Amino acid sequence: MLDVSLKKLTLDRRIQWALFAAALIMLPFGVGPYWTHVLGSVGLYIVLGLGLNIVVGLAGLLHLGYVAFYALGAYTYAFLASPWFGLSLSFWMLLPICALAAAVAGILLGIPALRTRGDYLAIITLGFGEIMRLLLNNLDPLTGGPKGILEINPPVLFGLAFNRPETFYYLVLTFVGLSTFLAKQLNASRIGRAWVAIREDEEAASAMGIDVVRYKLLALSIGCSFAGVGGALFASRQGAIFPGDFGLMVSINVLCLVIIGGMGSVPGVILGSAALVGLPEVLRALQQYRMLIFGALLVVMMIFRPEGFMPEARLRRRKT
Amino acid sequence: MNVELWAHQLVNGLTIGGVYALVALGYTMVYGILLMINFAHGEVFMVGAYAGYFALSFLSAEAYARSHLLLALAFSFFAAMAASGLLAFLLERVAYRPLRRAPRLSPLISAIGASIFIQNGVMLLTGARMKTYPYVFPTGGFRWGVVSISYLRAFIIATSILLMLVLYLFVKHTKVGKAMRAVAEDHDAASLMGIDVNRIIAMTFFLGGVLAGAAGVMVGMLYTQIDHTMGFVPGIKAFTAAVLGGIGHIPGAMLGGFFLGLVETFAVQFLPAVYKDVVAFSLLILVLILRPTGLLGEVVARRA
Repeated sequence: MLDVSLKKLTLDRRIQWALFAAALIMLPFGVGPYWTHVLGSVGLYIVLGLGLNIVVGLAGLLHLGYVAFYALGAYTYAFLASPWFGLSLSFWMLLPICALAAAVAGILLGIPALRTRGDYLAIITLGFGEIMRLLLNNLDPLTGGPKGILEINPPVLFGLAFNRPETFYYLVLTFVGLSTFLAKQLNASRIGRAWVAIREDEEAASAMGIDVVRYKLLALSIGCSFAGVGGALFASRQGAIFPGDFGLMVSINVLCLVIIGGMGSVPGVILGSAALVGLPEVLRALQQYRMLIFGALLVVMMIFRPEGFMPEARLRRRKT
Repeated sequence: MNVELWAHQLVNGLTIGGVYALVALGYTMVYGILLMINFAHGEVFMVGAYAGYFALSFLSAEAYARSHLLLALAFSFFAAMAASGLLAFLLERVAYRPLRRAPRLSPLISAIGASIFIQNGVMLLTGARMKTYPYVFPTGGFRWGVVSISYLRAFIIATSILLMLVLYLFVKHTKVGKAMRAVAEDHDAASLMGIDVNRIIAMTFFLGGVLAGAAGVMVGMLYTQIDHTMGFVPGIKAFTAAVLGGIGHIPGAMLGGFFLGLVETFAVQFLPAVYKDVVAFSLLILVLILRPTGLLGEVVARRA
């Protein structure tokens, strides 16, 4: 009896997922190009948020320079897929390169930075993000300076270019699906448990035989590679990128969505992205109060609901 | 580079260094007591610049300010120091005190939130456009041999050193100062000795805010243009100064401020001016990684 009902339940579950997926696929036809564009941005931020969630939410490393790795991905893609250096490599080939570049940079910054105490890491990464932006703005011969890099190729598959809102939506939807899957797998794996152990008590984790520095570097490199992929996606959609796209506010926004959703929680990141990127579009009238409200919300959340709106399952269990 | 130019840059470095030192003191005092980076301190500094601006504009006719220069200066500094002190006090009360026993990351995130809130609050209240400080100082200046210094810069250097001296004597020789040192040493023991720890922490924030407010007016007068985002970069730089001198260490913050001001000013002699901030941020990262206890080598208590 029990067996049968369980089977039925999973079947229902599967039907639900299928309906949900179908709804996501049909969405652009229902909402028009403008909202499809917004949804594309939400998706982009989900990818970024899932990456930062690994660093901040799981491993407990407060990283305030995430935008540097996003910029690195975007500029790597722009350099190799535009007339800038006369190269025109394909998106699919560049994707792993962008991810790898960001991951390596993450490790290179992480090796010295991890030697310092927790809140110093935040300041080091913040400083790194600012240095990156200043260099992008001023190393004109390499980066084009404030004039940016133009005519970046979109991703092309079977002759179809993914740069209109609708096509980009499907592209980003695929990446959201992939990164959600990856994040969930990592979260539930031995690695994910090691990260959480480090977050909760570094000394205890180390006593249990976890190589703390190695796992932290792993978290940084994987988290940053998400940013690299996000940067490539962004550059391929925009077709032109400028240093102004990579300010401190990007880091803060991604951090906010991770915290508001619930640090360490994958559904939280999705909810947080929708709230942070989508909601301001809904509340156009409140646009100028948006940041004011976010600022206050961060303070209030830290005081009353530090675990976020959709806390990670582990934290939920502990509370009850 | 000739001697005159060196002397000129020395004066510039000391001016901006004095400002960094004043802001750095706020970081270092709070860190000394709570082991916490008051990330919103740059915003406290920015609000000081705005309060000073409104005070000077209130005396509106620049002619008045010129004829009663000392009075106008006293009024604007008082307004700025009061506004910043009060803001820092409120900040501690609202954003930090409830989180004193929370995990280490929580106050930092709360501080980022408060920072965003204050920046946008000021922007909504006063408009996003830059404000131009009324020009009150007479032009011209002093001259000794190769060193020439404008009245404004001389005033800023002298005032910043005076304020630092007052703070130093206050912490060293008054009862409240002694209580502050006791709380920095050990909260529980201080509390057992009859010190109201909460009051002392509030006092520390207030004092740090007062100094940052004075620094805000100085920057306003020096660069003449202010806007709601002006607190971020000087905030980070002042933090760098505090770390350079050994965070938690009051004379260290003063030295660190002047050191950073000089390094930054002289770096511009060899690099394009746009790299000034890159130099400061790189110095910050290098010091945090290589010598987190600061250049003076002060051993910081690792209570966390």
